[in-house]
Amino acid sequence: MATHPTTAAPGADRAPHGRRVIVAWLVLSIVATPLVAIFLGPILPPGNASVQGSGQVVDNTVLTATITPVFCLLLVFFVYVLTRFRAAPATALEDGPPLRNHNGIQVTWIVVTTVVVLSLAGFGTFELLQNGSGGGQGPSPVAVPAGADHMMQVQVIGQQWNWTYRYPGYGGIETQDLYLPENTYVVLNVTSLDVIHSFWAYALGVKADANPGVDNVAYLKTKGPRSFEIRCAELCGLWHGYMYQTGHIVPQSQFAAWIKQQQTLNASIARYMPKYSRSYYPDPQRRGG
Amino acid sequence: MSTMAVDVHPPVWRRLIGFNLLTGVILGVGGWYVGWFGAHAVVAPSLSFFGDIDFNELSLVLAYLGGVVGFLTGLGFLNYPLARLRGYPSSLREKETQGVGRYFTLCTDHKVVGIQYLWGIGLFFFIGGLNAMLIRTELLRPAHQVFPAGTYLTIVGVHGSMMMGMMTSGILGPFANYLIPLMIGARRMAFPRIEALTFWILMAAGVILQTTIFWGGFPTGWTGYEPLNIEAYQGMDCYILFFALVGISMTLLGINMIVTIVTMRAPGLTWTRLPIFAWGVLSTAILMALAAPVLVCTLSLALFDRVVQTNFFVAAQGGSSYLYENLFWVFGHPEVYILALPGFAIVLEMLPVFARKPLWGYRLAVAGLLGVSLLSWFVWQHHIFVSGINGDLRPFYMLSTELISIPTGFTFICGMMTLWRGNIRYTTPMLFCLAWFFNFLLGGLSGVFLSDVPSDVTTHGSFFSMAHFHYTIMGGLVFTFFAAIYYWVPKMTGIQLSERLGKIHFWWMFLAFNSTFAPLFAIGFLGQPRRAVTYAKSLQFLNDWVSVSAFALGLSLLFFLATFVYQLAFVKKPAEANPWASRSIEFQLPSPVPVHNFDRIPVFSSDPYGYGEGPAPSWTPAGAPAGRD
Repeated sequence: MATHPTTAAPGADRAPHGRRVIVAWLVLSIVATPLVAIFLGPILPPGNASVQGSGQVVDNTVLTATITPVFCLLLVFFVYVLTRFRAAPATALEDGPPLRNHNGIQVTWIVVTTVVVLSLAGFGTFELLQNGSGGGQGPSPVAVPAGADHMMQVQVIGQQWNWTYRYPGYGGIETQDLYLPENTYVVLNVTSLDVIHSFWAYALGVKADANPGVDNVAYLKTKGPRSFEIRCAELCGLWHGYMYQTGHIVPQSQFAAWIKQQQTLNASIARYMPKYSRSYYPDPQRRGG
Repeated sequence: MSTMAVDVHPPVWRRLIGFNLLTGVILGVGGWYVGWFGAHAVVAPSLSFFGDIDFNELSLVLAYLGGVVGFLTGLGFLNYPLARLRGYPSSLREKETQGVGRYFTLCTDHKVVGIQYLWGIGLFFFIGGLNAMLIRTELLRPAHQVFPAGTYLTIVGVHGSMMMGMMTSGILGPFANYLIPLMIGARRMAFPRIEALTFWILMAAGVILQTTIFWGGFPTGWTGYEPLNIEAYQGMDCYILFFALVGISMTLLGINMIVTIVTMRAPGLTWTRLPIFAWGVLSTAILMALAAPVLVCTLSLALFDRVVQTNFFVAAQGGSSYLYENLFWVFGHPEVYILALPGFAIVLEMLPVFARKPLWGYRLAVAGLLGVSLLSWFVWQHHIFVSGINGDLRPFYMLSTELISIPTGFTFICGMMTLWRGNIRYTTPMLFCLAWFFNFLLGGLSGVFLSDVPSDVTTHGSFFSMAHFHYTIMGGLVFTFFAAIYYWVPKMTGIQLSERLGKIHFWWMFLAFNSTFAPLFAIGFLGQPRRAVTYAKSLQFLNDWVSVSAFALGLSLLFFLATFVYQLAFVKKPAEANPWASRSIEFQLPSPVPVHNFDRIPVFSSDPYGYGEGPAPSWTPAGAPAGRD
């Protein structure tokens, strides 16, 4: 079948295909985008349990609203093209018009995608610099919320396969559970004793890797009292899947009572504890090799 | 052209003696034991002095290296260099081998290597897929364990490594090796023996990865993060050796492709007439040749840390786990474009044939492929946004990651405008190409969330990112892999595949694929971490849905395998030389393609996309006369 029939006379099809696609796309986008932002936006993760979480919800809503018209464009285009330009069996091998290029379309496409991309990057950077968005920023954070020097510090220590917490503002005591006071700005200093873990408090919008020998800083402003799940989000060995806990945001008075109780518990073991430090090098290192 | 003077078949047992796969396996096993006992004899006394005899990593590593050397020797890879050292003239005798036996030997015919790759990669693809089925079996229940925890991690790791390691050559191995010399009008690849070497190294690597189960498996997943890597048992060495060998294979494959495409194009095949598939292969090969060596070096450091107690990645001794993360992703992000770019090229190569129109915006398409190839070097830290890297750099990596969607968009607009006002035939390969648009669109749009640092805080390391890269890699690479099979296998084997069975396979796979991975976006958004064996009870319904869909997806692949083998082995419907009425040169050659491809080297006068621009150019002008390679 080495036949290459020539095309039908060029320009035979004068229907306004382009205009139809663009109009259908505009109508669909103008309807769909607000609907997505209004109805899908509020249920996007991670929820409003913290200021950082709320910021991420806004961020996710903007991103979803931005990609909606893109999705609509391709949807409309492909539905139209794949139905309208379907080959009839009799003329299946007839060639289409030899369109090789169109500078206007190329330039428009490049300009529009570039503008969208640069706006997304600008928006993301702006959001990030507000308060760090709950992400781990390493030992010398850049996106620092105002008043960071006076914030409550909590050290999160990942170890195979558990999390423990130290409160340097309360004598460096170490606890098995994470309690945070409500409506408080907290600095989380995340580190690890062995391999890489990742501290993920999903509902609070916090994720920070726990690296051995590194102090990974994340900022968090809590809202009202609630419990939240903590998981490890970086594969850390055998019981990675079981490395979860429940953390608590509690009223100020309850937090004060809890921390007092923990201080009492810690008093008896205080002299065995390593001095509070931004990172630890336990000895001996576990080493299989 | 060819050649075998005598057509008398010796008895089977006689044909098994010589340099072939059987000898390779025997010498491979022998080499393994030589390495094992050799290293043991040297190292054991000192180890027993330190009371650490159970952890003799050195023996294991040298055993595997001895095995690889034995395997390659048995296949005959040392014959040629030794003959040259002894003063014999250069030749390509391996190319003239005939019969089925050549698929089990060192053969330097690029068409044989292509078919070897197709079956070899296919085998490991199915092993990887089987592991995916086991993963989804485990995740049917939120907490109940089907597999022991360590076994589950090994399954996850083998699935990931197998897919990311073997499938990097999924298009370039079978299809580029087979087609690039044809498309550029050459009789062979630039380095035919290296071409064969890449394949056999890859097979050795795949087997080594599988043997990890005898050494306790490995707990790190396909990324092999430090320092968990150092802490792991000996199964980890299998992962390291596997990926290092894959890296060596990729580097050689990449260099071979670059040199072939740059230096061996026939007269008249200017850069603007090169088939877009060759551009895709070139941009991928550049990434392979430059990125894979980083992987080999990184894994060598990891191996030293494990075997000879260096401290590149041990924080307490002055090393850094960030060093590994960065080095790994310097390789790892180009790696994912090594997987994706051939898919772009295949889609752009096939759309003109099935829309009966020239490729729209050829130069833009080339710019897109090369642009992705270039930009993919500057985005790797988006894999470690929340790891505590230098915070100043995150806006830069956010920007560079989002910039890469511009050249990716070039592929989209060129493909879309090629379809525009075309005469579209819904053949099986075309359906797979159209599915690419849908899958890669969802993959790309979900990538927007992962590239945006605030949004990535939640989506990183969750099932959302897992769904994202399955949409881009399985939806992008594997769908185009099947498009390529349905499109080119008739040319490669001379056997036509059934359109009806192909379409059943397509719709089954397409629906099952989307039913499997679309819910994973939701599961990730709802907070399920990757690679964790437990999940929230509230997510069980979605996970069960995904598991059942995944089984359907697995069955669709089994359906493909069964129909494919059945048609090739039993139906054997002869294929026309040009079943798709393509203007590309490989379809102007007879099926199957003769050993030396062209009687006369063709002279090109246009690109292969001139649909609607008059009769196809003749491909057999008075070029250079036929000759030996």
